[in-house]
Amino acid sequence: MKFKVNSKEVFASTGGRPFDKKKPLIIFIHGSGLSHITWVLQTRYFAFHGYSVLAIDLPGHGYSEGPALESIEEQGNWISDVIDSVGMQEASLVGHSQGCLVVIECASQFPDKIKSIGLMGGAGAIPMNPELLDLAEKGDPKAVDLMMDWAHGPSGHFGGHPVPGLHHMNLGGSIVVNGSVKNALGVDFRACDNYKNGFEAAKKIKCPTLNILGDRDRMCPVKEGKKLADNIEGSQVEIIENCGHMILLEEAGKSLEILKKFIRKNHPTE
Amino acid sequence: MDPKTYKFDTISLHGGYMPSKNAGSRQVPIYQTTSYLFDDVDHAAALFNLEQGGHIYSRISNPTVQVLEERVAALEGGTAALATASGMSAIFLAIMTLCNTGDHVVVSSQLYGGTVNLFRLTLPKFGIKATFVKPRDTEGFKKAIQENTKCIFGELVGNPGNELMNMPEIVKIAHNAGIPVIIDSTYQTPYLFKPLEHGADIVVHSLTKWMAGHGSSMAGILVEGGKFDWLKTDKFPTMTEPYEGYHGLSFAEEFGPVAFTMKARAEGMRDMGPCLSPQNAWNVLQGIETLSVRMEKHCSNALKMVEYLSNHESVAWVSHASLKDNPDYELAKTLLPKGTGSMIAFGIEGGKEAGAAFIDNVKLASHLANVGDTRTLVIHPASATHSQMDEATLKLANMSHDMIRLSVGIEDIDDIINDFEDGFRAAKKPRLIANK
Repeated sequence: MKFKVNSKEVFASTGGRPFDKKKPLIIFIHGSGLSHITWVLQTRYFAFHGYSVLAIDLPGHGYSEGPALESIEEQGNWISDVIDSVGMQEASLVGHSQGCLVVIECASQFPDKIKSIGLMGGAGAIPMNPELLDLAEKGDPKAVDLMMDWAHGPSGHFGGHPVPGLHHMNLGGSIVVNGSVKNALGVDFRACDNYKNGFEAAKKIKCPTLNILGDRDRMCPVKEGKKLADNIEGSQVEIIENCGHMILLEEAGKSLEILKKFIRKNHPTE
Repeated sequence: MDPKTYKFDTISLHGGYMPSKNAGSRQVPIYQTTSYLFDDVDHAAALFNLEQGGHIYSRISNPTVQVLEERVAALEGGTAALATASGMSAIFLAIMTLCNTGDHVVVSSQLYGGTVNLFRLTLPKFGIKATFVKPRDTEGFKKAIQENTKCIFGELVGNPGNELMNMPEIVKIAHNAGIPVIIDSTYQTPYLFKPLEHGADIVVHSLTKWMAGHGSSMAGILVEGGKFDWLKTDKFPTMTEPYEGYHGLSFAEEFGPVAFTMKARAEGMRDMGPCLSPQNAWNVLQGIETLSVRMEKHCSNALKMVEYLSNHESVAWVSHASLKDNPDYELAKTLLPKGTGSMIAFGIEGGKEAGAAFIDNVKLASHLANVGDTRTLVIHPASATHSQMDEATLKLANMSHDMIRLSVGIEDIDDIINDFEDGFRAAKKPRLIANK
């Protein structure tokens, strides 16, 4: 669906069901340069099981009006504005990669609005490889190839997508390329690299928190994910074997099962 | 710093498959099953509602077929692929996924005869009409586009005349008109040409041909490029509007770069069911393992045959884009740097009668209705593969009655040439008798 946030048009997938204010809200926040498409194997389940779902395109990504927001802090504030704009009081947030930084920033700044948070492939800080950052800021598509290489574990490189016929790396790469390497991916990478408040933000989070990590994640390795979890009170950690950074697609089924139990327990439907 | 993703030859062997997820089996297992157990009622509902991935019924998907789909998607640089029972069913599925009654397509006039008949006779029964344009008439493709046109379809190198369409220019024309380009890339395989890298949106293959190579199994495939923005216009309601068959799902919104494949599978395989058998998928996978080495030999043998035929007294003309006097020579050099393929069309002195005598007297070359086998194949299209086309359509396809279509195999080139000498000798005989 399309709606306005701060006078700018925003697109969000509602998981195939109409948005309904009477149902508990889950907002899914994608990673660097990506879009709502990455969440398709999570959103449809929740949308058809009693939740209102918004898999948003961050500003300047997918079908949302730009420009991209340049800092994680701005993106965290913007998520709070999304909740207001759709007329809701609270939401659970689920993030992937950069989306995790946005989630922890939002949850630390607006604790009354956030019911629970799920983090996939998260870390307290995501410093960027300088060469990769430079390529992305120049709009060089090689940045996408490098990102897809590093982001995927064995199944991404060999095959075995949970949805028959889909190709992990080419699908991921096309989402980024269909947007803007320079104006979305480049801005996102710089925002991640600049963000230093992750661990401080994490300490302020009081809502139930789930960390899903892939043991073959080269972008946000398990030890970094655990370090973040250690800074969030009562944080739950789940590690999926043979899985890279693209947990939400590489191990869509396993990650959905973990997320289902967590959300149902901490943000139940009536 | 370069990505360490696997390259073409490695993908040909390993793409789409992980032994660790299949009991350690080094070879891809053949999942000879119709259906798959559900964990519980919720799991079944989630699969049927596209909430999660997995297999339900082998008409829709199958784990062995999935390996083939991912491998070909990887080789073509596509976001997704959907294997079908044959190349023809892949084309039919592609058109039915895009078009509604009242829609129109612009089609190259030089296509496999079955494809011509699909567009000329069968699709009109569904209210989908086609305008045929000669492959070299780039401007003609532009002129043929109408308000209700939903795609341009063609073969880069047309069957059987070997004329090239200027695909990058035609892609620009199509995209300016807001419509996708579908390329049948059977003749090239991704070893010689990757249409998606040149802007095409969907690739179809008859995998029966060079991809498999062994001539043992029928198979086809659709590959999606993932870059066409279906939501940019209201031209594609089948992709963008809520679909009643899946609780109001908009394929374009939910699945973005794989929307076409998801729709083709969810609707097309469900309702029409042209599924590929796991055994045939496995057979094709065996062929793909050696695609590069076979294509190299096909192309080198083809060049030698072009030289031989061009200098033969019994040959009136040769069509192959490797020839410097061929109108497509420069375009082929740009688009097909690894080789212009192993299909050669030539005219035999003496016309139809001589052609028939030639075909009846070659012994090594097989006379049959297939191309892309490892073995050398010959046919007289006007009396076989394209025989159901009327004179006007034959003319539009630039086909003459003296044309012989040759698919060069990977046998020893001297043996192929010796066999052709026998054919040409026999082809001369009826004329000699007639002259007396």
